[in-house]
Amino acid sequence: MEDRIAPDADTRPGLTVERLAVERGGRRVLSELSFEVAAGEALLLTGPNGAGKTTLLRTIAGFLAPASGRIALAGSSGEQPIAERAHYVGHTNAVRPTLTVEENASFWARYLGGSDGRVRPALDRFGLASLAAIPTGYLSAGQKRRLALARLLLAQRPLWLLDEPSASLDASSTRVLAGVLDGHVAAGGLVVAATHLDLGLARSRELRLGFAAGQA
Amino acid sequence: MNAFWTLVKRDLLLALREGGATGTALGFYLIVIALMPLGLGPDMQLLARIAPGMLWVGLLLAALLSLGRMFDTDQDEGVLDVLAMGPLPLELVAAAKAVAHWISTCVPLAILSPLLGLMLNLDLAAYPVLIGTVLAGSPAISFLGGIGAALTLRSRRGGLLIALLVLPLYIPTLIFGIAAISAVVTPPGSLEASLLLLSAVTIASLAIGPIAAAAALRAQLG
Repeated sequence: MEDRIAPDADTRPGLTVERLAVERGGRRVLSELSFEVAAGEALLLTGPNGAGKTTLLRTIAGFLAPASGRIALAGSSGEQPIAERAHYVGHTNAVRPTLTVEENASFWARYLGGSDGRVRPALDRFGLASLAAIPTGYLSAGQKRRLALARLLLAQRPLWLLDEPSASLDASSTRVLAGVLDGHVAAGGLVVAATHLDLGLARSRELRLGFAAGQA
Repeated sequence: MNAFWTLVKRDLLLALREGGATGTALGFYLIVIALMPLGLGPDMQLLARIAPGMLWVGLLLAALLSLGRMFDTDQDEGVLDVLAMGPLPLELVAAAKAVAHWISTCVPLAILSPLLGLMLNLDLAAYPVLIGTVLAGSPAISFLGGIGAALTLRSRRGGLLIALLVLPLYIPTLIFGIAAISAVVTPPGSLEASLLLLSAVTIASLAIGPIAAAAALRAQLG
């Protein structure tokens, strides 16, 4: 079920962050941050609380405007903003409790430019198929998290921005997540994940953010 | 455009499932209008004369009640973040939300209004005009209301703040809506001119509302 992201070497997406500085509430959270993520690579952001992991992810997603610096996602559809070529799974799950699991998933599939045909396989992958008709409000925290992560498979996008993706997941679900991420990377996708827990990825690189926010 | 209607449909489904907003608005409208004859006494002439104004003011207040929900539940659950990553610009996200609000709140209120007109002894000749003006004028309620809803997204208990921000913007709609009905109930007065101006206000708010709301939403995403 993994899609080939970039069959052609010239159009392989790559994320470039150059001399990025971001301010929040008048305080400089990130400064002079430069790094690259190539196609087929997973980057894990680590660092103490408040180091700017979430800020960095939200800046890449386009929610925050950088104070200075440049973020670029190369690739064939260079015209589109990064937001439309990326998935963002933050602390919140973006599910509505009164909609069923399947309704939530099929809404996101249609909205994000995927198709209904992707809903069942995505739910299956995260072990939610038997819960499809249940309103999301009745799910446990871990099950809601799995539904949020299933969004990654609902529409095909090269860059995945994940904020503590394995929070409230049990061991077997974490392994499923690792499998999905490995699959995405193997297909030429990019993953940038902020995490404190070991995700168990086959291959990944680590970028440690500190309060001084140094280089990669 | 597909994503636009997907979002409208989802919001309508949510309005149906969660039900509270429409029911509260209808109940509030009913009670406000039912209180009028009790407060003003059984003078039928007086009631008939003030009916257009009462019906419009009551409708504005009732619609206002449900505005707060337009964005805030989505914001709480992080839905807005993901909506911002879709193919729709935030302007169209705001427009879709306003369309869904109009269908789920203003249209039921418009349907209820002739019934309440009876309670105020509104002239029978005025009913088609009443429904017409409400339908023509109420999109402005949703689209201008979206600005207030987006601006107060982060403020706890933003409900009252929305009223302060948005009610002044409703004044043109209110004036021309009432003027159109009054033209029929208490001539002279030009029905046509009032209806055209009412529609002009609606069209202007369709154009301005989503842009202003999206600017407010962008500031909230940060």
